[in-house]
Amino acid sequence: MATSRVVSRLLPRRSFNTPPKRGYADKMRLTFCAGNQMFHNGDTVRQVDVPSFSGCFGILAEHVPTLAILRPGVVTVFEDDGSERKIFVSSGTVTVNADSTVQILAEEAHPIENLDSTTAKEMLSKAQSLFLSATTDEDKVEAQIGIEVGEALVEAL
Amino acid sequence: MLGRFGTLTPLLQNVQIQQQQRGMATLKSISIRLKSVKNIQKITQSMKMVSAAKYSRAERELKAVRPIGDGAKQFYEKAEIAALPDIPQKLVIAITSDRGLCGACHTSVARHIRTELNKDNQNIKVVCVGDKSRAILQRIYGKNIILACNEIGRLPPTFIDASKLADAILRSDYQFSSGEIVFNRFRSVVSYVTETLPVFSLASVTAAPKLSVYDSLDDEVIQSYLEFSLAALVFYAMKEGACSEQSSRMTAMDNASKNAGEMIEKLTLTFNRTRQAVITRELIEIISGASAL
Repeated sequence: MATSRVVSRLLPRRSFNTPPKRGYADKMRLTFCAGNQMFHNGDTVRQVDVPSFSGCFGILAEHVPTLAILRPGVVTVFEDDGSERKIFVSSGTVTVNADSTVQILAEEAHPIENLDSTTAKEMLSKAQSLFLSATTDEDKVEAQIGIEVGEALVEAL
Repeated sequence: MLGRFGTLTPLLQNVQIQQQQRGMATLKSISIRLKSVKNIQKITQSMKMVSAAKYSRAERELKAVRPIGDGAKQFYEKAEIAALPDIPQKLVIAITSDRGLCGACHTSVARHIRTELNKDNQNIKVVCVGDKSRAILQRIYGKNIILACNEIGRLPPTFIDASKLADAILRSDYQFSSGEIVFNRFRSVVSYVTETLPVFSLASVTAAPKLSVYDSLDDEVIQSYLEFSLAALVFYAMKEGACSEQSSRMTAMDNASKNAGEMIEKLTLTFNRTRQAVITRELIEIISGASAL
């Protein structure tokens, strides 16, 4: 009985002292992984910016459920503590589900810090020359993909 | 006269051969057998070391790849996609490898598929990844196999392999509404479980009731999404299968080495016993020969 009185006295005191916190709507859990490694597995983050064929968009919690295909570009993850992380992806898919879980599955992903801009420029020029020398439709499309990746790499670095 | 001598010598030879054949009593045959079992033990021990090394690498890679499998499955579960009732065609992808001596890995996958094929022979087509599943299923269900891949199992699977396979499946023009990937999911060093992952076609996805929850989707996006997600699921299944296979081979080779060791012990005891018996027999012959004088 004494303990319950103590508890009831504590509770109202707490609500006076703590200021109201800014809330982002219910947490968004992100699973971000690529063929070679895993970046997030169900971690709670604030926001994710993804480059997709239907346009670049940022995903926060309670985003409308959608599917999108990633285009070569930079995915920016804004963590809960305010820090952001840029990771370059080559292709993949994004799924936003109704319960605020987001799955980004990339074919290959590397943090921007690991990429070298001179090598990226070389890659782009090589892809462009391949495109000019391509004969069949398939080769042309493959070279086109190489150019897209190269351009996105150079832009990101 | 010659005839009588002729029949006598083969009889003598027969008696000698019978004495030699009695229960492997010759030293020579036991020592040959001992040498071969020792060689086998060396081979199985080295196979165990090799697969232990491959297993540790496969397990490390699997840990990084697990979220891909879970992530790719999520969409199908959350959108509650199901097979279309009016297109009963199914596609089954069997994930095995080319190499044997790995316990029951390949047979459990093949058995799962065989029970499915027993129920419905006409509407199921199989893609065999790895020669082992093709060998097991070819005899009775050869007509149901549409694609077979080999050179699996030598190197760890990469996403490129999985995407080539997904590409080949989608190009094969087999109209299916649903399907499954049958593989061995790795649980621990000593256990794995044969499980399935779902595969759906564009038609089943667009017919799903919960699809309208997802915003701004057109057929092209869904098609690309399905292609990528098929590659991701196949990649995940191949990784799990490789890890289960290496761990299973490790335990199988370990058991084989232990059994070979037991055989070596028993053979060595028989060898020593036989050696002592031969020496005793020679001594008896000498002594009885000497006492006859």
